[in-house]
Amino acid sequence: MSNKVFKKEIRLSGSGGQGLITAGIILARAAVLDKVRVTQTQSYGPESRGGASRADVIISNDEFYYPEAVNFDVLLSLTQEACDKYLVNLKDSGILIADTTNIKNIVHTDAKVYKLKFTEIAMDKLGTTLPTNILTLAFLVKITGVVSENSLKIAVRDSMKPQFIDLNSKAVKIGFKLASDEMNKQ
Amino acid sequence: MSSNKNKPKVVLMQGNEAMARGALAAGLDFFAGYPITPSTEIAEICSIELPKINGKFIQMEDEIASISAIIGASLAGAKTMTATSGPGYSLMTEGIGFAKMTETPCVVVNVMRGGPSTGLPTKPSQSDIMQARWGNHGDAPAIALYPNSVSESYELSIRAMNLAEKYRTCVVLLSDEVLGHMREPIELPDLSQVKIVRRITPTKPPEWYQHYPDNPKYPMPKASFGEGYRFHVTGLSHDAKGFPTNRADETKVLMDRLRNKIAYHIDDIVQIENYQMEDAKIAIFAAGIASRAAKEAVVKARKKGIKVGLMRPLTIWPFPDAAVRKYLADKKAIIVPELNQGQLSLELKRVMGGIWNYEIRKTKKIKEIHRTDGLLITPDQILQSIMEVK
Amino acid sequence: MKKISQKSIHKYLRHDKKFPHVWCPGCSNGIVLGAVIRAIAELGLKKDNIAMVSGIGCSSRMPVYADFNTLHSLHGRAIAYATGVKMYKPEMDVVVITGDGDATAIGGNHFIHAARRNIDLTVILINNNIYGMTGGQYSPTTPYGDKATTTPYGNIDPTFDICQLAIGAGATFVARTSAYHAIEAQSFIKQAFEHKGFSLVEVISACPVIYGRLNKKGDAPTMMKQMKENVIPVKQYEKLSAEAKADKITKGILMHDTDKKEYTEAYSELINSLNKPEEESNE
Repeated sequence: MSNKVFKKEIRLSGSGGQGLITAGIILARAAVLDKVRVTQTQSYGPESRGGASRADVIISNDEFYYPEAVNFDVLLSLTQEACDKYLVNLKDSGILIADTTNIKNIVHTDAKVYKLKFTEIAMDKLGTTLPTNILTLAFLVKITGVVSENSLKIAVRDSMKPQFIDLNSKAVKIGFKLASDEMNKQ
Repeated sequence: MSSNKNKPKVVLMQGNEAMARGALAAGLDFFAGYPITPSTEIAEICSIELPKINGKFIQMEDEIASISAIIGASLAGAKTMTATSGPGYSLMTEGIGFAKMTETPCVVVNVMRGGPSTGLPTKPSQSDIMQARWGNHGDAPAIALYPNSVSESYELSIRAMNLAEKYRTCVVLLSDEVLGHMREPIELPDLSQVKIVRRITPTKPPEWYQHYPDNPKYPMPKASFGEGYRFHVTGLSHDAKGFPTNRADETKVLMDRLRNKIAYHIDDIVQIENYQMEDAKIAIFAAGIASRAAKEAVVKARKKGIKVGLMRPLTIWPFPDAAVRKYLADKKAIIVPELNQGQLSLELKRVMGGIWNYEIRKTKKIKEIHRTDGLLITPDQILQSIMEVK
Repeated sequence: MKKISQKSIHKYLRHDKKFPHVWCPGCSNGIVLGAVIRAIAELGLKKDNIAMVSGIGCSSRMPVYADFNTLHSLHGRAIAYATGVKMYKPEMDVVVITGDGDATAIGGNHFIHAARRNIDLTVILINNNIYGMTGGQYSPTTPYGDKATTTPYGNIDPTFDICQLAIGAGATFVARTSAYHAIEAQSFIKQAFEHKGFSLVEVISACPVIYGRLNKKGDAPTMMKQMKENVIPVKQYEKLSAEAKADKITKGILMHDTDKKEYTEAYSELINSLNKPEEESNE
């Protein structure tokens, strides 16, 4: 990690039950492994499935205080509703990662946009949509470099129940691969 | 244990978990609680950890039962805590008064959420600041602490347990939905290095033991049930041995002690943090989660060349009157951002004499920022106020 | 039965500053206090090891007179406070003194949940059918049609059968008698102490000064006689006609279940299961 001061505000958004808060926690754990400062917050409704849900992760090598993401460097959206709601706060220099399984319209933005059918890909390659959150997170990490890939792998392993480690490690690999492909395209 | 024992261990932890683990580090061995968002994780962690260390956890039938059970256990010798949020705290207030009146140590965590009533269960608030002071009926001073980070949640939880023990009272540990659910890295201390106020047991023979001595030393000694002292505990006005009394002289001694044990030890109890205050022309006065935005606003304002500082009380009650006078009196303006309709600012105005003193109001600006819609006050919102008063 | 002399009661009372007591002439509370102490003396329980917990009300003033670890808590909350004491120190004998209003109105929730848990508390419930301390308001056990200061036209509230309530909630020892049957009360209380689990002894009692006067029940001896005649064994009660049953209250041991697991014991087992020495070393 270079000595240049950096601060990345990341918002993971979608609906309850999509595992976004889990993804946020794993990203924050990876940041801890990278020995940088991190704060993870979340917002959710009263229901544990459905309803709007978001997790914010702020990663920096300098002190920062306000815990929620305000102007995002990275926005991940898994639902149309979340994408519509939060895109306005994405920096022009930022990155939008949108799951086009659910998102059909993206309003104009100057930010860089990655559009993939993450949920479909997860179903296709892993036979279940459950690890979509981890797959997408891995994609995000590879594209943005907000944490090291190795730390993410360890954080995923440390955060999962033993029976889910394999599946999610596979999801990480797929996410990384998708990101490489995208990067090569450009 | 692991071989790298001396290496500080940094882990990602949630604010609620930090409060539970802090209390455990301070010797918590009894927790009774009732589920309520956004405090429930504290109970969940205690239910996992306490039986492992021969402690006890019980989920009671409501919050009234929870506060009752921890007071009962505390009288039997336990170090106790319960955790709740606004609606549950409201139910607990009679019991909190009982703990104060009977000088029984316990800690009540209130992870504040939007109110009144059921309000916004999953959104942050700071609207129980006055309730922490005046929640129970009858005159009795309060101790309330309010951290602003995960690691401070851990530290102040230890401190709350210690203050409860030292002054034999109910200490309120405030948090809020964002702080309680927020995750940050925390460096866990070596448990053997944690300073714990241990319970002083009486050395006098039982027949001479006074559960409520007139002029106690602090930490105030305390016998427990089942140890041969057979003392009486009542919420009625009581004498030195704990027996009910209607006598004015005995009641006065009791009421004065309840007040003075806090009033005479304000320096020991009050904790504040000053940030960039020395040359500041404008001060922000903020606590808990609101102080995080405030600190960010200070940094932003300083970058613009505006001399702003932050005074943050970690101890909300007793209110840091002396520190407020000392550090805020010469400021041109004071900005008070809080997630309520003006509770800290009301107290600030009391200390600054602003409610009655026209002269002070003319020369001093107290700029209040209130927010009760369930969202946090942002740094930019505070920055805007700074620009207005500068 | 071991003979406990009346004089020996004094060993269990606090004499400094505590007497005369607050109870009215003719009140049954003293009789119940005597029965509790004789039961304790009979069992040879150690004073240091007894916690006596009460709520608010006439009966709840009892602990201050008794030389135990005593806790006069908040209205309705005695059982919740006692639960804290018992959970933390399961080796202590924890007895709760409560009344009909304290235990089944304001404290009804704690009462049924402690019974459900089957935590080893000995609850002595003195049922005088009225709120005496506040001057005679109707309680959940004030009989239909009776007068209280808040039922000036007669009570229309149906009543609780407290013992059935406790049984329904899961209490494992439930008995009822009256203050007239003081020796039986002593015996029930003794068995309640011996029982491991939630035990309830309901003692029907007389409040001649408040309830009695409001309802023209006569003086204290008359009310004693009424308890003698109206509180009858279950078997005798069952033989009566429906009409004759109306004024009667059953007495006896109504529930005695020794199979259900006691709560603090269950928690101890849980602790032990977690703290089994493990064969693992990180060193």
